[in-house]
Amino acid sequence: MSDLTKLTLKAALAGLKARDFSSVDITKAHIEAIEQARGLNAYVLETPDQALAMAAESDGRLARGEGGALEGAPLGIKDLFCTDGVRSTAASKILGNFVPAYESTVTSQLWRDGAVMLGKLNLDEFAMGSSNETSAFGPVINPWRRDGSDAALTPGGSSGGSAAATAADLCLAATATDTGGSIRQPAAFTGTVGIKPTYGRCSRWGIIAFASSLDQAGPIAKTVEDAAIMLRSMSGHDVKDSTSLPVEVPDFASYVGKSVKGLRIGVPKEYRVPGMPAEIEKLWADGIAWLKDAGCEVVEVSLPHTKYALPAYYIVAPAEASSNLARYDGMRYGLRAGGPSLTDVYEESRAQGFGEEVKRRILIGTYVLSAGYYDAYYLKAQKVRRRIADDFDQAWQTCDALLTPTAPSAAFALGEQSDDPIAMYLNDIFTVTTNLAGLPGLSLPAGRDAQGLPLGLQLIGRALDEGTLFSLAGALEKAAGFTAKADRWW
Amino acid sequence: MAIDAATVRKVARLARIREPEERLEPLAQELNTIISWIEQLEEVDTDGVEPMTSVVAVALPLRDDVVTEGGDTRRILSNAPKSADGFFIVPKVVE
Amino acid sequence: MSEKSKLIQGRTGPWEIVLGLEIHAQVASNSKLFSGAAVGFGAGPNEQVALVDAAMPGMLPVINRHCVEQAVRAGLGLNAQINLWSRFDRKNYFYPDLPQGYQISQFKDPIVGEGVVEVERDDGTTFIVGVERLHLEQDAGKSIHDLDPNFTYVDLNRAGTALMEIVSKPDMRSSEEAASYVKKIRTILRYLGACDGDMEKGNLRADVNVSVRRPGAELGTRCEIKNVNSYRYIQQAIEYEARRQIEILEDGGSIHQETRLFDPTKIETRSMRSKEEAHDYRYFPDPDLLPLVLDPAWVQSIKDSLPELPDPKRKRFESQYGLSHYDAGVLVADQARAAFYEQAAAGRDAKLVANWTVNNLLGRLAENGGDIETSPIPPEDIAGLVKLIEDGVISSKIAKEVFDHMWAGEGAPAQVVEKFGLVQITDTGAIEASIDKIMAANPDKVEAAKERPQALGWFVGQVMRDTGGKANPAAVNEILKVKLGL
Repeated sequence: MSDLTKLTLKAALAGLKARDFSSVDITKAHIEAIEQARGLNAYVLETPDQALAMAAESDGRLARGEGGALEGAPLGIKDLFCTDGVRSTAASKILGNFVPAYESTVTSQLWRDGAVMLGKLNLDEFAMGSSNETSAFGPVINPWRRDGSDAALTPGGSSGGSAAATAADLCLAATATDTGGSIRQPAAFTGTVGIKPTYGRCSRWGIIAFASSLDQAGPIAKTVEDAAIMLRSMSGHDVKDSTSLPVEVPDFASYVGKSVKGLRIGVPKEYRVPGMPAEIEKLWADGIAWLKDAGCEVVEVSLPHTKYALPAYYIVAPAEASSNLARYDGMRYGLRAGGPSLTDVYEESRAQGFGEEVKRRILIGTYVLSAGYYDAYYLKAQKVRRRIADDFDQAWQTCDALLTPTAPSAAFALGEQSDDPIAMYLNDIFTVTTNLAGLPGLSLPAGRDAQGLPLGLQLIGRALDEGTLFSLAGALEKAAGFTAKADRWW
Repeated sequence: MAIDAATVRKVARLARIREPEERLEPLAQELNTIISWIEQLEEVDTDGVEPMTSVVAVALPLRDDVVTEGGDTRRILSNAPKSADGFFIVPKVVE
Repeated sequence: MSEKSKLIQGRTGPWEIVLGLEIHAQVASNSKLFSGAAVGFGAGPNEQVALVDAAMPGMLPVINRHCVEQAVRAGLGLNAQINLWSRFDRKNYFYPDLPQGYQISQFKDPIVGEGVVEVERDDGTTFIVGVERLHLEQDAGKSIHDLDPNFTYVDLNRAGTALMEIVSKPDMRSSEEAASYVKKIRTILRYLGACDGDMEKGNLRADVNVSVRRPGAELGTRCEIKNVNSYRYIQQAIEYEARRQIEILEDGGSIHQETRLFDPTKIETRSMRSKEEAHDYRYFPDPDLLPLVLDPAWVQSIKDSLPELPDPKRKRFESQYGLSHYDAGVLVADQARAAFYEQAAAGRDAKLVANWTVNNLLGRLAENGGDIETSPIPPEDIAGLVKLIEDGVISSKIAKEVFDHMWAGEGAPAQVVEKFGLVQITDTGAIEASIDKIMAANPDKVEAAKERPQALGWFVGQVMRDTGGKANPAAVNEILKVKLGL
């Protein structure tokens, strides 16, 4: 039965509906796979009892010919989503054994549609990181290894658990979040598909905040169509989130397989950064060729402020984070340390509760907002952000979507970049622009490097035009024919 | 502008994060590296550019003035490190 | 009040106090500014707390339309600019009763801009106070320090309740002016229904910025006295603080800008060290919210629905009812008083009704610590009393006696008159008998009055005394004139 975990979400849903197997069957298969894959450290909390109970209920509904769009499908949930009665940690010690008395809007919509929760997935602490190494639970190990090497590689971050679990068939698909590239870079590092939708598409209610104006939920899945199925359930207007967009949710999956003939694809010249590996250059060229073959028109575009996106991001995101994380103060929930004085409790709880990267960002954020520096840093960054958004608006005059690499490299070894924050930050160089502009970005696996590691291509679209991205991604997926899976070593 | 140990001490204090004295200097170095990298933003001409605080182009939604929550003290206190008689209990605040 | 009398004499010469106020008024609403938890008084600890009020991870604010409307109403009531585009900022600081670690407030772009308020001093003169701005913000929770020697207890029921902060310009020059200004703001807000103005419950409280300077000199360094919640405390705090600053300056010292706390038991202000350290609020636009954009048509509809406010009402009372500026002021100071008065005055001698309402009823209520809402006498009975006077059934003097019986709950004025036999004597026979008796007993006075008609008053007084004040004075005068041959 264990090959049930190899199914795509779409195939699994079809099998469940046809009663070829039960939700309990496929859930059990995943629970076993998770147990055997603990070495990957993808899950920080397994919830097999809850999963089986949910699966049994799904089977009941399926037997009655009922059921939602995800009926019976076992999924993994990034531990940034608050889950009612289930420990939610953001992979931080500061939340300790925090058990929310509420369910995030996105996950509640998944359960509404019949999905089954397998457990909570590892991530960089408060989603701050690009390698999963900042997690209080330790890093996730990428199921992929370089050919002939058993060096442990990063699955990327922050949604490293979501990407690794999906790649290693430890769930049919997973929820993830993306503030600067946290869905797309891990997807690229693990040979999976990830989409960060338009800002406001998915409710942020119940998702532990990192940087409110940039955070956006999305899925990591095995195929483009699976990602589309997931995103449809995850999306929708939520009155509890003031930044949620009051728009209809399209049937994203219906865009997969649609002709892309005549679409104009922009290739931004500024994304051709110095030192980009030749393999990535080649992959990009392949992508351009595939889209041309599919009938797209390819144009070069300019996004002149691209190089300023990361520095702007590293002002805006830490500034918002420094404020968003002020609530972790040891007073109402989570870790309380030190004492007896109030100041001592504040400072000790936060010193012990937060990891080094989180502290570093809180300090940067506090600094850039502090008296005398606000205009020079925060205000300047918000103006640069406007310029970056304007660049995209300009590009949409001549093209319908952009094609870029997802990340400047393939997965790197754990520990390889952890001493140099800026080198680590550069992982997000191609992805962070869409967060600043609020645009949708999708990463799909399109090839492998010389050492056999997956590489991703990124599609960027107009606001709320995820449909076009799914059509283009479908065409690329077909042309690339990427079917490789990591050899099972765990 | 260079960040020195004193600035780190002040910022850490503002952020209520204890940083041991011996960490201040190395942290100042680290933050300086990041801040000077960030300062390349100065190259961008932003004269007359409206700062972008949100990418959402709709107006703030307003909700009706109705009571929809509350009355569940246990739910509020369930994760509290210390509580009694319906209150959160915190270290003594000296005014 | 002359400009000069507001100055304070120090050892080295006169000083001028400069005062600006920040009034925090709790917005009258059912639920909080950004959550659906109830607003109210008297619930058990943490019973009126939504997840977002406790700053649970991932919880988000959604603004209450009614609170926005109340702020607009208040702005219109203060003759202020309504900003159709405003924004919420985060004010970051750590405090156990501030769960988010920041207060959502409006820093750079408030919902209401500049306005003006005309304020009456106790002596009836008026002055103008400029309003700098009005903005919406969240209240904090409550810290209770005296339940345990080692711990503070935190109740978040108040956390997230909507406040309007009304910031004045430094336009006040004495503690009395400051108190009068607060009274005026309170009156306006109560008229608008935007705030109940209950100062005892802390629903309206003020931070007072105090500085002193030599007359005509540049503004001095100010100290902010936090959370003063009664007119008396406001005056005491200002007076103490001004004296303190003058002493420091006269000793050659300088004022350190700081936040101070008023201690009503010791009647002094003291430095709030805990709030002093690291005063850096790191304001920035709240990314969980979007700009607040008001539809001009909506603002207009709010404007159209405003009640008559105290200033125009006072003017109307003066012109429509012929009331004195003072009486009109007393009556419009409270909406319920004004309504009571208008009900009582309908169809009656309006000035007489004002006299009875202001001097007798409100005076008596004040002596008993009440106001018009607690009046044992309904407006129709004041009207009834005045009608009895108008009709000559009772004299003004008797009316006072009738009023006392009404106050004591003896019933409507007519019943009281009936019950206690207080009907005015208009029977000329009885009056003549009384006059004859007095004339007979005082022949000298009769002679004198014939010479000097002004002496008539003495006879009137005697007759009134003889009849227990029940004789109709007009009738007494008439008969006396005839009998004395005047």
